[in-house]
Amino acid sequence: MSLLGEDILTEEGEFIINMGPQHPSTHGVLHLKLWLNGEEIKRVQPHLGYIHRSIEKMSESLSYRNFIFATSRMDYLSAHMNNEACALTVEKGLGIEIPERAQVIRILMSELTRLASHQLWWGSTGLDLGAVTPFFYAFREREAIMGIMEETCGARLTQNYNVPGGVMADIHPNFQKHTKEVMQQIKSKLDEYDDLLSGNVIFEARTKGVGVLSKEDAISYGVTGPTARGSGVSCDVRKWAPYSGYEKVQFNEILEEGGDSYARYMVRMREMKESISIIEQLIDNIPDGDFQAKTKNVIKLPKGEFFQRVETARGELGVYIVSDGAASPYRVKYRSPNFSNLFALPIMAKGGKIGDLVAIMSTLDLVIPDIDR
Amino acid sequence: MNKEELKNVLSGYSSNIQFDETTEPLSAIVPAAEFFGLMQFLRKDAQSNFDFLNFMTCVDWKDHFMLVYFLHSTTYRHDVMIKVKLENRDEAEIETVCNIWRTAEFHEREVFDLFGVKFTHHPDLRRIFLDDAWEGHPLRKDYTDENMIEL
Repeated sequence: MSLLGEDILTEEGEFIINMGPQHPSTHGVLHLKLWLNGEEIKRVQPHLGYIHRSIEKMSESLSYRNFIFATSRMDYLSAHMNNEACALTVEKGLGIEIPERAQVIRILMSELTRLASHQLWWGSTGLDLGAVTPFFYAFREREAIMGIMEETCGARLTQNYNVPGGVMADIHPNFQKHTKEVMQQIKSKLDEYDDLLSGNVIFEARTKGVGVLSKEDAISYGVTGPTARGSGVSCDVRKWAPYSGYEKVQFNEILEEGGDSYARYMVRMREMKESISIIEQLIDNIPDGDFQAKTKNVIKLPKGEFFQRVETARGELGVYIVSDGAASPYRVKYRSPNFSNLFALPIMAKGGKIGDLVAIMSTLDLVIPDIDR
Repeated sequence: MNKEELKNVLSGYSSNIQFDETTEPLSAIVPAAEFFGLMQFLRKDAQSNFDFLNFMTCVDWKDHFMLVYFLHSTTYRHDVMIKVKLENRDEAEIETVCNIWRTAEFHEREVFDLFGVKFTHHPDLRRIFLDDAWEGHPLRKDYTDENMIEL
């Protein structure tokens, strides 16, 4: 594809421009080719591959302990959930049960990750739509969560905390105390978030009725996560295919019927409250016992195929491992949520204005390394 | 539907379908000639209602390709893996399903890019990640590159 050699004006009088790969509102190296008539979007075509590292090919030569950590670099804001999905698949292959303590720690960490991810999204959505203040508010709370992560996992973003059989180390002695403090802090700020952005007239004008995705299209395009739930598609894996003991906690699946950017925004805002509720249910009830089940040094999965899905902050991540009995996977396929979600963008943006595209991109909450893998 | 009911629906459609019950969910291996008809049937059939294509991918078994279509029903919450064996790796070809599930268009582009499987009647079959000038298909087991190192 030669960009320079192409005509920027089509025969129909449409103007072709490139948005990205280096554009502030694409949050990463995503390249969109736009066909415009004035300010109206006629067609959008995503171009990928700027951060393709072929994690699937790399995994074929890594051991079952190592390949897990490559997935932290896919959706880096859901690193913990990505690791968990891989660990669960390996555990399924080995047929081992993990200790209850490890399960509860995994849920707690997953929900903390989800909160941190949704906060970063909230801040950057405000930033994309012209409100700078939310970014600072969101990062204040997110930083507190990152502190908890650092204390227990030793890393802030790419925690690499899950291993086959449980978690890598026990929780820090201050984990419960700090988590409770941070939850109190966030709870008192969530209403402030709503005051700042949710009810803002300009914000509502820019998101309500913008980028509508119908329920049928969401299903046909394979859209999952908060994006699909904003269109009324019930798809929370934690609810319909519980893993790690999610069936034991009380929480609601958040659904909105609007299908527009504002509905997707509201889903994530309400999901934050559910995550806090899950953490509060579990934080004082972490069972005693081991944090890791015993596994062999060199893990070999029996010949066969194994699949596990988890709900990351962006939707359903599926890990499909084909094993030939060796110490590395024969083939690994990641069904990443962002890959499917991205391709619903062209139909959502069609007929809208360029400014709407920015609102749609923010409420899709894309992480580009997860698309390219 | 459980495994047995799914098997009944599938074997009711055609007697040439082989089953592999060791996998979770159930795998059904379909002859390439009957593949497209079966996919249309599974989407439309009210009993199975597979309205969601979770993903599709390919596994290179060195002497043949195995295409894997992971289907899901958002109403009944059941899954099935439909598999098609493609004997000739160099001229692997199959009908596209992107008119049945829109998301297939992009998963098929990925398989075309990384395995070199051609999808007939695909509206826009181009490489999705790699450069157009790239030679070879990296996820094939026999792919070599001068920059590759042994780990």
